[in-house]
Formats: sequence, C-alpha cells, structure tokens
Amino acid sequence: MSDLSPSLADPLKEANEPSSLVARFGPDTPLLMDCGVSLDHWQIAYQTYGSLNAARSNAILVCHALTGDQHLASRNPITGKGGWWTAMIGPGKPIDTERFFVICSNVIGGCTGTTGPASTNAATGKPWGLQFPVVTIRDMVRAQRHLIDSLGIESLFCAAGGSMGGMQVLQWAASYPERVFSALPLATGAKHSAQNIAFHEVGRQAVMADPDWRGGRYLEEGTRPAKGLSVARMGAHITYLSEPALHRKFGRKLQDREAPTFSFDADFQVESYLRYQGVSFVERFDANSYLYMTRAMDYFDLADDHGGVLAKAFAGTKTRFCVASFTSDWLFPTADSRAIVHALNAAGASVSFVELESDKGHDAFLLEEPNLFATTRGFIGAAARARGI
Amino acid sequence: MALTDLHTNRIDLKLVAEMVTPGSRVLDVGCGDGELLALLADSRHVDARGIELSREGVAGCVARGLSVIQGDADTDLADYPDDSFDYVILSQTIQATRNPRLVLEQMLRIGRRAIVSFPNFGHWRMRTQVFFMGRMPVTDSLPYAWWDTPNIHFCTIRDFVTLCDTIGAEKERAVALDAAGGKVGVSAPWWLWNLFGAQAVFLLKRG
Repeated sequence: MSDLSPSLADPLKEANEPSSLVARFGPDTPLLMDCGVSLDHWQIAYQTYGSLNAARSNAILVCHALTGDQHLASRNPITGKGGWWTAMIGPGKPIDTERFFVICSNVIGGCTGTTGPASTNAATGKPWGLQFPVVTIRDMVRAQRHLIDSLGIESLFCAAGGSMGGMQVLQWAASYPERVFSALPLATGAKHSAQNIAFHEVGRQAVMADPDWRGGRYLEEGTRPAKGLSVARMGAHITYLSEPALHRKFGRKLQDREAPTFSFDADFQVESYLRYQGVSFVERFDANSYLYMTRAMDYFDLADDHGGVLAKAFAGTKTRFCVASFTSDWLFPTADSRAIVHALNAAGASVSFVELESDKGHDAFLLEEPNLFATTRGFIGAAARARGI
Repeated sequence: MALTDLHTNRIDLKLVAEMVTPGSRVLDVGCGDGELLALLADSRHVDARGIELSREGVAGCVARGLSVIQGDADTDLADYPDDSFDYVILSQTIQATRNPRLVLEQMLRIGRRAIVSFPNFGHWRMRTQVFFMGRMPVTDSLPYAWWDTPNIHFCTIRDFVTLCDTIGAEKERAVALDAAGGKVGVSAPWWLWNLFGAQAVFLLKRG
C-alpha cells in the first residue's frame, strides 16, 4: 500500500475486522469482568514490532492512553497517519525494536478491533452499544494477559505507557507482579482525581446530549453523535495541553482574518484548532467507546482495591519501576506520581522517579522530549542488563 | 577490600564504599550524579538506591541505569519504613539539609547503619579565613560565597560528635581526611582531627 495514496479503512469495519493482528477467544477462555459479566466470545486486536527472542524474555507491552489504539509505531489504517508513539519506538529509538519485541493491543471496550460497544454482539447480531458491560482498567489488563498467554510469553520484560496506559502498567504490576520484570508508568496516577472525573463527566454529557446519540443505539439507527463527541474531545484536549503551550502556538491570533467578525465564528486560531481536533476525532473514534474508556479511568483506584493502602498493591514486588511526571501536567500532576513512588518505597520496591521539565502539559509523554527519551533509554537499558538481554 | 579496584578519584567515596558490606541494601541520600551509587553497584554489588533533589541529577542517574528518586532528604525519608536498608549514606550533604538532626535520626531509623561524610568547618584553613580575614571561608572543596551557597548548616567534627551523642547514635568507625586526602592519624585525639581534618566520614549505628 503506497503512503502517497493511502486508502483509509472504515472505522465501523475496523471495530469487528481490524486490519491488524487479532486474537480471538471462545467459551473456553472467557473474559471475567469486574462488573460480574463473563464475555465468552471476545477478541483483542494488536500490533507487534521487532521479534521475540528464543528465551521469550524481551517482550515489552505498551499500553495506550484513553483514545489511543494498537497502531503504536506504524501507519494507522483509519487516519492514514503514523503511529502515536513513533518518536519513542523503532529501530535505535529509546524502545529499540531491534532489541525488543514490542506489543501494543487495543484495550477491551475500545473501537479498533478489540471487543467493545461498537463490536457486533454475537448473541443478537447487533452492535453491543450500551449493552456492553462496563469496563475497568483491571478488565483491560486481564484481557491483555490472555493475549500475552496466547503469545506464549511467561513474563514481560517491561510494561510501559502514559496516562490511562500508565494506569494499566500499575495494574499489571499489582495484578501479576511475577509477570512484569520492569514497569514504566508515565504521566499517570494510582487513582483518577475528582477533578479528572468531573472533566470526563462533562465529555460524557456532551455525547449523551447529542440527539443523534439515540440512547446509545446510533449504530443501529444509522446516525452518529458527531457534535457531542466533538465537543467532548475539544474539552478534553484542553486538559492535555498547558497555557504556555497554547499561548506559544496560538496566543490570541485570529484565524484567516484581520479583525474580529463580531460573531460566533472561529475567529481565534485556538478555536479553529479545537474544532479541527474535535472533527478529526469523530472520524476515528466511537462515541460509546469514549463513554466506556472515560468510565474505566474514573473507576480506577488501586489503593481502594487494597484496603486504602496503596503500598499493599505492591507488597513484595520484585518489579523495577521508573515513574516520571511532567512539570506542566495539571491533569496528572507530579503529586500523583509521588504518591505512587511513596507507596513503592514503603513496599521496598526498586523505583526511580523523575519530574521532567516540559511546558507542553499532559501530552508531553507523547511528544519528542529529549529528557523523557534519555530517562526511558537509561531505565530500559539498565533493566535489560539486569535481565541479561 | 582493597581501594585500588574502586575506580574513583574521590578518596572520601572510596572510604564510604569500604565501609559497606558487599551485597547489602544501600540508600544514598543526596546522591548527586550517582557517582557513589555507581561505584557501590559496580564494586560492592549492592542493591543501590538514591534520593536527589536536583532534576538534572536524577535524570542523569536514571539515564545511567541507577534507581534514583527525585526528592528532599528533609521530608521524604519519612516515607520509608523502619529497617528498609542496611546502610543509609549521607555523603557531603548534611550541611545542605534544613534539619540535620531529624535527617540523621531518620537515617538511623530506616537503615541499620548510617554513613555520614561532611566537610569539617573546624579545619585550620576555615578557622584562619574567619580569624584573619574576618570573612566566611571559601575553599576548593567549598567554593561558594555565603550568599549563594546551598550549605546552610555547617558543623565541625566535634559538633557532629556532639549531635551523635545527643541522639544516641553509636560511632562504629570515624575517619578524618586532610586536605590532600590522606588519613589523619587514627589514634590522634579529637582536637587534632578537628583542626587538620578537611572532611570526616562516620559509620554510625543506633545506640
């Protein structure tokens, strides 16, 4: 397929028949979910980069963030753009695919090939919609564990990811400590804060207020809540950035005009940027999946699963951790990372922590940040030496 | 263990490393760029961890593969449980802490042993600068003017001994180094150490 004339995949088709690898599970491998439901026909879509060594000891699982997908470091079939972490992952890059076998799966509840609300429910032949069971971060990790099992990997060399991906990394380390040699949770927290839940609720209400949402049955009825989802994305996008980054990029500059129009057109560049972000998001993401993903993050509270004591989540762990936050991240501020580090200290875990200087806000973990790359390279390299890779 | 197979020019770091039993668990408080941690990991095969205040220091340590946490000795030691480490080391850092007594007490709580090395403000050069020039001393090992120094709690060897006695810390070993890095006579009296020791290294345990 030529990059010059990319034929883009249909998001609706991708939900069931992804153009990536996919592992399918039947009634002999049900997915037991936190809400009590057992999914007996489910699938997980994934991509891999590099190759697994003979000892099967060099696998790195990368966990994606809220609206990410399995297209980590290769062309996304829906958007036609490069993967979301191509800066970090590839030959010779901080996560070196010539040395490590990198796996990235779409999470359960997602919309690019892993079973979720946009998938067809085998029992009814219709899209799951809101009949899909509510997903938790632990469910995502459980599903990934089935995938890792099916790939014949006993123990991951590393689990890495930022934001919601970082939550999965922490959950992996807590649920399956013996299967995670090292863990790299970035720009994340052991729980979702009240402020974060509040932002998510605004997004969900925007989706549900759209008349085209149709009580969640829009796929059956042939509509799409594009306006609502777009507004949700616009609101969320602001929380991923910082005022200095927005100011540097847009300031109060006007868009394609010399003077204000005295109307509600997108006079300001920042407005038209957000509108673009909203519209392009709608093209690739399912509105119900957005509801489920945000809910999963809201429910995440690792300490609560352990009697309110976060250190107990990591008791006796041998996993080597490296936690990093960014100075301008106000969605997952450094204090959230410090809480993780304190718990790991109390559990006697091997942990590094660094607050990285960046004015790019929460999204910094996705961008080309030299100090993030140096940290990742150093941590992964030392862990690889310790594991004899 | 012989000093020769420890690859550093810093004699005080060699002394500290010598005091650490191979294979033990070590926390270096104020680990800077990780020179001591790397030395301990390579030559003593310890489970080495560090705490460092400066972002640059931590980033450098992590990049060289050391387990280091960005944090403040004055506040963050409280997060560690009792007896988490065999040795807690404070190398050339005590004079930069806000509350040296609390830091030392915390070190002896979370470690079975504490190793403290510090510049001796009672050294004759310091005394001479204050006495004859009437100014705060500036030396090669302490190259800061009074108004831009990170060091806020200087002490002399005798002062440090008094602090150890006050908090009931037992001195297992003590070594003073002269300005050239040579050891001041082991059997010499405290006053001689206090005058000629440019820096001191103490191995402490709970009394």
